[in-house]
Amino acid sequence: MARLTEENVRLAQEIISRYPRPRSATIPLLHLAQEQDGYVTEDAMAHIGELVGASSAEVYGTASFYEMFKFHPVGRYVINICGTMSCALMGAEDLMHHAEQKLGVKMGGTTADGLITVERAECQAACTEAPCLQTNYRYSFRVTPESFDALVDDLRAGRLNDEIPAHGVVARVRQHIPADKGAGVHAPEDVKAAPAWLDGKAAL
Amino acid sequence: MSAGGTNAFAPGFYAGDRPKVVTSRFELEDSHTLQRYVATGGYEGLRKALARPATEVHDEVKSATILGRGGAGFPAGNKWALTPADVWPRYLVVNGDESEPGTYKDRLLMERDPHQLIEGCLIACYAAGLSQCFLYIRGEMALAQERVATALNDAYAAGYVGKNILGSKFSVDIVLHWGAGAYVVGEETALIESLEGNRGMPRLKPPYFPAAIGLYGQPTIVNNVETLSNLPWLMVNGAAAYTAIGTATSPGTRMVAVSGHVKRPGVYEIINGVTTFRDLLFGDEFCQGMRDGRTLKAFVPGGGSAPWFLPDQLDLPFEASQVGPAGSMLGSGAIMVMDDTTDIPKAALTLTRFYAHESCGKCTPCREGGTWLERILSRIVDGKGTDADLDQLFEVGESICPGSFPHASSERLGLGAVPFPYRMNTICFVGPSAYAPVNSALVLFREEFEARVTKRTHIPVTAVGAAQ
Repeated sequence: MARLTEENVRLAQEIISRYPRPRSATIPLLHLAQEQDGYVTEDAMAHIGELVGASSAEVYGTASFYEMFKFHPVGRYVINICGTMSCALMGAEDLMHHAEQKLGVKMGGTTADGLITVERAECQAACTEAPCLQTNYRYSFRVTPESFDALVDDLRAGRLNDEIPAHGVVARVRQHIPADKGAGVHAPEDVKAAPAWLDGKAAL
Repeated sequence: MSAGGTNAFAPGFYAGDRPKVVTSRFELEDSHTLQRYVATGGYEGLRKALARPATEVHDEVKSATILGRGGAGFPAGNKWALTPADVWPRYLVVNGDESEPGTYKDRLLMERDPHQLIEGCLIACYAAGLSQCFLYIRGEMALAQERVATALNDAYAAGYVGKNILGSKFSVDIVLHWGAGAYVVGEETALIESLEGNRGMPRLKPPYFPAAIGLYGQPTIVNNVETLSNLPWLMVNGAAAYTAIGTATSPGTRMVAVSGHVKRPGVYEIINGVTTFRDLLFGDEFCQGMRDGRTLKAFVPGGGSAPWFLPDQLDLPFEASQVGPAGSMLGSGAIMVMDDTTDIPKAALTLTRFYAHESCGKCTPCREGGTWLERILSRIVDGKGTDADLDQLFEVGESICPGSFPHASSERLGLGAVPFPYRMNTICFVGPSAYAPVNSALVLFREEFEARVTKRTHIPVTAVGAAQ
């Protein structure tokens, strides 16, 4: 499938330029690829390897370690239901069972229309609002069977299109360091001396 | 926003009437904007820091004894001092990969007050001579990433970050970096591996601290989000004001999340060292007791990795020097509460499954042991376990953590406490963490396991001897 588009290559180069070593950009670029295609394609991994100076196997080796990267198409919405301690104590198992009934698929499955993938996830850092879930990494708190059904109905009717972008898009805001504002990036071997402000005097 | 109610902008957070070091802006709707931050005294700490020599700022932080909030509790100022002299460049890596079960405070700090974190990063870089900062945010935290990205863009435009900050000779870039879902990356050397574009596996130790050899082989300071968020307040108010809160060994405040079977689960900024578990679980300004008039069975005091406590330990304060000898740890400030309806073997399984799932696979005792613990527990919970399985759990645990494992004292069982920490056969704490819930549950509630392995729900198909 797809290599990164021209626009995404430009973004990729901007991301790479912020690191002393290009390979540090591997994970951000994998996110960029997933944003483009909804999952990470083999061509995209080869392309990322070319951009950061790694083999496609090395890029895949990194990518496959991390939960968020998908290597096959998934639904436009990935619902992650938390099943760790606090959510488990507050009924996560029943919620997962309900979700399977409502969607007609098992955990890890995608609905027949290809719209929703549902997964069991680990702790999502919203433990007081248990049980919780994330839809494309956007939270729903204290989820009940009724509120789960309402969420699914809203997703199906397209009512949450503005709030929840398609799978692959995590943050909708990108960091941008203007050329005239940046402190400058140097490879570690090019820095020999202590920073200028460590001269024993106040900086201001 | 009433002081007693939950916060519409940060569900789960309760402000209360206590000193605020890091959550002072949480109740303001636009707390995440540069405009509101500056209007409420933001970046004043940075200005004060830059008006002093870096070494003085470092000394101020050292004398405040800000205990690291990531879990280990190592004082921040002392951590910075571990960098070798005259090795350059040095880096700052911010650990915002919060994923310990039960824990959330860093997410709120990043969503609700991103500029406070940015200012904290700048103060740390100035004091310790760190020339670039990487702010690593957990991949699943979309809103936190958006808020920090916006804050950074605004801070760059306003001259708070980047070249010649506030017109001074201090220049540093802060780069937003984000993960992709892996608990183990919260371990600082795994975080560095991940930041270098690799699988997030912890590095072999020694060196014990990345302050010696870290990112790209250079001296690197890894600090938790909450730790750094303390610095702006510290710079404005001074170390003396900071240590006036809390106790001599646990100064200041800290953020704690209490979840599970309590009436009002929530995130609270508490006074360090003096607030007890009883205050937190039963106090009116905190969780207000158990839900539905139930009784407390057990609680996890410091994140999923911590050995469990019983009601016997409720009067312990939030003080590492007391919680350690009592058999557990304060960890990342997360308390998970279980009432008398809790199925203990199942609760232990939930946590053990987490750590087995999150094992990176580098150390055999964790990779194999974690999975074994999960499988054995699973079959016990399913009613298919045997008596021998209970001993087997201890045996597998012994291969991960040789020797006695920490646990709480129990009046009912006539047990004495075994102090924290444990010995371990793994590089990092994921393996021992898989064993902690098993050991606690089995030592403190053995009868529940015994009931599970002797009560058969399956009738044998063929009785012994019937085939002849």
